[in-house]
Amino acid sequence: MSDLRDLYQEVILDHGKNPRNFHRIEGADRQAVGHNPLCGDKLTIFLQLEGDVVKEVSFQGEGCAISTASASMMTQILAGKTIQEAEKLFQLFHEMLTGDPSVEGDAEGLGKLVVFAGVRQFPVRVKCATLPWHTIHSALQNKDGAVTTE
Amino acid sequence: MKPVSPSTRNDDRLPGTGKQADLVSREPQQTFDVARVRRDFPILKTIINGHPLTFLDSAASAQKPSCVLEALNVFYTGCYSNIHRGVYALSERATAAYEESRVKLRTLINAKETEEIIFLRGTTEAINLVANSFGQMAVGEGDEILISHMEHHSNIVPWQLLCERTGAKLMVVPIDDDGEFIFEEYEKLLGPRTKLVAVTHQSNSLGTVNPVKEITRRAHEEGAVVLIDGAQAIAHKKIDVRDIGCDFYAFSGHKMFGPTGVGVLYGRREILEKMPPWQGGGDMIRTVSFEGTTYADLPHKFEAGTPDIAGGIGLGTAVDYLSHLDLDLVGGYEHELLSYGEGLLGEFPEIRIIGRAKEKSAVISFVIDGIHPHDIGTILDKEGIAIRTGHHCTQPVMHRFGVPATARASIACYNTKEELDRLARGIRTVLEVFC
Repeated sequence: MSDLRDLYQEVILDHGKNPRNFHRIEGADRQAVGHNPLCGDKLTIFLQLEGDVVKEVSFQGEGCAISTASASMMTQILAGKTIQEAEKLFQLFHEMLTGDPSVEGDAEGLGKLVVFAGVRQFPVRVKCATLPWHTIHSALQNKDGAVTTE
Repeated sequence: MKPVSPSTRNDDRLPGTGKQADLVSREPQQTFDVARVRRDFPILKTIINGHPLTFLDSAASAQKPSCVLEALNVFYTGCYSNIHRGVYALSERATAAYEESRVKLRTLINAKETEEIIFLRGTTEAINLVANSFGQMAVGEGDEILISHMEHHSNIVPWQLLCERTGAKLMVVPIDDDGEFIFEEYEKLLGPRTKLVAVTHQSNSLGTVNPVKEITRRAHEEGAVVLIDGAQAIAHKKIDVRDIGCDFYAFSGHKMFGPTGVGVLYGRREILEKMPPWQGGGDMIRTVSFEGTTYADLPHKFEAGTPDIAGGIGLGTAVDYLSHLDLDLVGGYEHELLSYGEGLLGEFPEIRIIGRAKEKSAVISFVIDGIHPHDIGTILDKEGIAIRTGHHCTQPVMHRFGVPATARASIACYNTKEELDRLARGIRTVLEVFC
């Protein structure tokens, strides 16, 4: 059960059950679709920019607790960040879950997102947590087409 | 290159025969002895995350009994060589063992002739062979291919590709809310343009057992050819292709306790003779020249290249194992477990079982309100319980029931009621974590 609590932390369960910013933004500047064919998860990210600052992010779709919570917390943390800061967070988040475990992650830079550190012990679930981030990365890059984890 | 019957073999030590002799010498079982069956599967003693393995994913792939593992080992250590056309003893032995498997498979499904058994990589390749070869021969613009809504992607996509190539039309027989094939709709869709009907014997994601004999009879009345996807049925019941009357029956070795990488297409000789070769290469020819090539007789016409020899031999041993088990007893036992498991899950008001057909195989697909199947699977895994979560390669079924995915516990002859109790306890943990 302790391992499970590492993965399913209260804050993750809360965001999984009651996702924040869970709606579409009509006339969003950018949007991107992320798809994990392994589990059928699919989400759409909506992005509103003001210059190079992320004004608002929202999402819609269906997913597991991990991917839903990851998307929900991402939408909160990115509001007000510059595109560059957002990309930096994507990089830090990705490193925390997939990088060399002996290298200490940038806990300060990640802020609340460190709750996802436990996902690392569940390799098949890493893609659930990173899917929303890959998707927003694609939206920030303004790339066309859907993002897929496979 | 006629298949070699067991009586023509000139060596008494063929792969797996030591173990097979043990199997055969046992008294036939009167009641199903699951403890004895479990002893045949060494992997079932594995500890996963500190718990005994509870393997409930046999619909994806079944575990292997010791006799199959030993057959592979004996073949590779004592008999290995390429088959067909070898003039030396080792090659003769390997050929005899491989062709003996073909004979066993013929007996297993009661095909009329051994040459009607074609070795392939699995069910998927078997269906692709028919879609390509039969498709090239008999399907044209405006023709219709009929499948059902509950098919595995491997019994959908090959037909879509064929339709794209030829301008034929793919028609889908709907299923009802219990996951049953709607026969009246099927009869409406059948018509003079129907060239082929391809239906699964048992649904991998719903458990529905289809009335394949009746489906075949009606298709034949309209002059259509019938392919049955037997991947899910082959390890759970006696299959008699002549009683069903189908033209093709496809199945995979790994779902019937055999190795991965080998499977079978059964086809009626009359129709296989007419079909053009599918893949070209060694072994499928009679003579080759730059002016033209003539093809080998059945079954080799459809077996280009060096096959999975060890896989074929291991599959033969798996057939011995299945025959020894008595599939009628297996079916009865699995059905008992299915009722027991559905009863246990039925006690949870949060659980909805997807697939409620009257005739059902031992597959329990379910969803829990507000909890994604992937999360269910991860939590159960922590308790050593292996189930499958996702769309099970049946996305149209998921759409039909309005779910992105399901959790699926599938049962084989080595499972027990205690394991289903563990599943129920695991689900209680899932609910604790999320509530």
